[in-house]
Amino acid sequence: MNKYEIRVIVLSSTILGVFFFALLFNVFSRKIDVPTCIPYNASFQKSEVRKVDEDYYEVYVTARMWNFDPGEIIVPRGSTVDFYLTSADVVHGFNIERKGVNLMAVPGAVNKTTVKFDEYGEYRIVCHEYCGVGHQNMMGRVLVTNSAL
Amino acid sequence: MKNNKTFKYTILVGLFVPMALFILGAYNGVMQTLYRAGVLHEDSFAGINYYQGLTMHGVINAIILTTFFAVIFGHVTMGHYLKKQPPKWSYLGSIILMVFGSLLDVVLMVMGRAQALYTFYAPLKNSPFFYLGTSLLIVGSWVAFFGWIVMYREWRRENPDKKMPIAVLGTFVNFTMWFVASLPVAYESLVILLPWSAGWTSDINVPLTRMLFWMFGHPLVYFWLLPAYIAFYTVLPKVAGGKLYSGNAARLAFLLFLILSTPVGVHHQFSEPVLGQDTKLWVTVLTFGVSIPSFMTAFTVGASLEYAGRKNGAKSLLGWMARLPWFLSKNYLFGYFICGLLLFIFGGLSGIVNASYSLNQMVHNTGWVPGHFHMTVAGPVLLVILGMSIYMYSKVAGKPIKMLSVVTIVPYIWMVGVALLSHGLMAGGLMGEPRRTNLGLSYTDPSSEMFNTHWVPTTTVTMVGGILMGVAALLYFIAFFGTALSKQTEPSEIVLPEAEELHEEKRIGILHNMKPWIAVSVLLTLITYVPSLINVFTYSTPVENKFEATSPVNEIKNLPDKDETTIMPLENEKDN
Repeated sequence: MNKYEIRVIVLSSTILGVFFFALLFNVFSRKIDVPTCIPYNASFQKSEVRKVDEDYYEVYVTARMWNFDPGEIIVPRGSTVDFYLTSADVVHGFNIERKGVNLMAVPGAVNKTTVKFDEYGEYRIVCHEYCGVGHQNMMGRVLVTNSAL
Repeated sequence: MKNNKTFKYTILVGLFVPMALFILGAYNGVMQTLYRAGVLHEDSFAGINYYQGLTMHGVINAIILTTFFAVIFGHVTMGHYLKKQPPKWSYLGSIILMVFGSLLDVVLMVMGRAQALYTFYAPLKNSPFFYLGTSLLIVGSWVAFFGWIVMYREWRRENPDKKMPIAVLGTFVNFTMWFVASLPVAYESLVILLPWSAGWTSDINVPLTRMLFWMFGHPLVYFWLLPAYIAFYTVLPKVAGGKLYSGNAARLAFLLFLILSTPVGVHHQFSEPVLGQDTKLWVTVLTFGVSIPSFMTAFTVGASLEYAGRKNGAKSLLGWMARLPWFLSKNYLFGYFICGLLLFIFGGLSGIVNASYSLNQMVHNTGWVPGHFHMTVAGPVLLVILGMSIYMYSKVAGKPIKMLSVVTIVPYIWMVGVALLSHGLMAGGLMGEPRRTNLGLSYTDPSSEMFNTHWVPTTTVTMVGGILMGVAALLYFIAFFGTALSKQTEPSEIVLPEAEELHEEKRIGILHNMKPWIAVSVLLTLITYVPSLINVFTYSTPVENKFEATSPVNEIKNLPDKDETTIMPLENEKDN
């Protein structure tokens, strides 16, 4: 290997090192992370919006062919929401627009993430995993209201 | 080398059959862009529904065409460099299994008995014969590989002092990785999915099947890519009019793929519930690692092209780029390679985004992902397949290429098409546009309450790109089949353009011995997948689910639904 080859390997590794540092920074400093693992049991297959606190909610979503249950989730502005997601039948997707929430709903497993809604408005939830002929009609909504409920 | 007629006939069949099927695969690709752009507000067109067409597009283009090409290019590479041919049982057995398996899959897809897409995610089910067909195709490719090992051992005995040619090393690396990686999917298909689909078993661990699929699914993309890399290292410098800049760098790049390809599959599963955050982060590191051999390839290929341009008389810093054989029909292969490489710059960089742990949350399962992989698999991979297929067919059949100027121009049209298609998909993806979705029925239908205006311009750009790709493909098909169906006028030969190495380099022992690399590969795979398996069994439960894509009725059991009256079990093998 000549000096140019060694340089290109060092340079590309350095770029990747910078990328990786940016990722770690986001995980540890800005708390932007991938979903968490929780052991599954059948009790997650419920559809419930549970108010834990003034601005803290737990939402249990069951995806099935071809809707989300609950299909409309209403929370006040400023709420932090824990989503617990599972599926009753096949694999579905769960993508909340503008919030970077991107989960898979897998039967026999439960997916969890936490997200804070600071701005009021409607956030569409799109099923982005093929789940059969009705897949393109599978959409839900998070409605963030302007006042406390 | 004495050329056996049967061997040559095998090569021609192995080029012709997948190319004929690719007509169906490409047609369904173009159709998808029309549905997605809202030009078609239908669930099906000309008897093929969107998801059935999508399944054909994925299975034919990404599994059948690519696997056939890897095997046939392997036969020609081995034949050319070792001046031998593989044992008859291997090439004949291989082609019979592959053709039979592929046709079985295609018939089932056309009949609509398999439309769970090419990832065949359970609990959506396909016909059990679909899993069998796919397995036969894969096993067929193994049989060809076993024949090359026999052939290589013989060559080694006769030539104890020669270096293993780079193309042969690349082929062996590719098929070793392929063999290791296809064991989990063979297990998934034959032991889990086939009996479950046939109704012999009822419960299925869905996260386990997904993990096994991606253990295969990511090495699969390198299995598509490595034949293209072999061509970039050993064919491109020759057709560009130069030499390979460094042979040792090429060898190191291939060996790095051998150790890093298999353990990275979990990076397709960052949004999944059952795999730990630590495993996901570790896989990000490994995936960054696997981009290093690609960066090295970019450098070595770039340096080889610069050498070629300067040899053709270029003087200035960047002038060598202009002195390459662009649009030159005598060097028509150059266009296929360079267009593929240009697309791959963006394909590779967008791939690093996908691999980047939490950044993946922005793009997972959106249009971004097909935007990315059309610049890899429909970029360098497909363009090398098209260019080398017509080259090999013409040489082995002894038939000069028809419509050579059309063949020369095709890759440039294709490149512009892919660039537009991918741009549309990626821009839409960043705004949440889902992949694998018949958008025309809802999101891009103005009369639907789900209509989303943001996705109209992006899907329209995608459609323009898709149509351009369709035009390029059509021109190519006319030239390919025109050549294939013409009369033989030249002697038939098994031959490849062969690039010399620029420098006489020192022989580095470790680059000539695959064994330590295979050991590291197995070790890294265990380090990644033992924790993954533990995660799967800790966090998930098998379910008794089985569904046709067309109906939300569980075929195994009645759902524990509040509304008992609507759902009746279809088959009741198990007493619930």
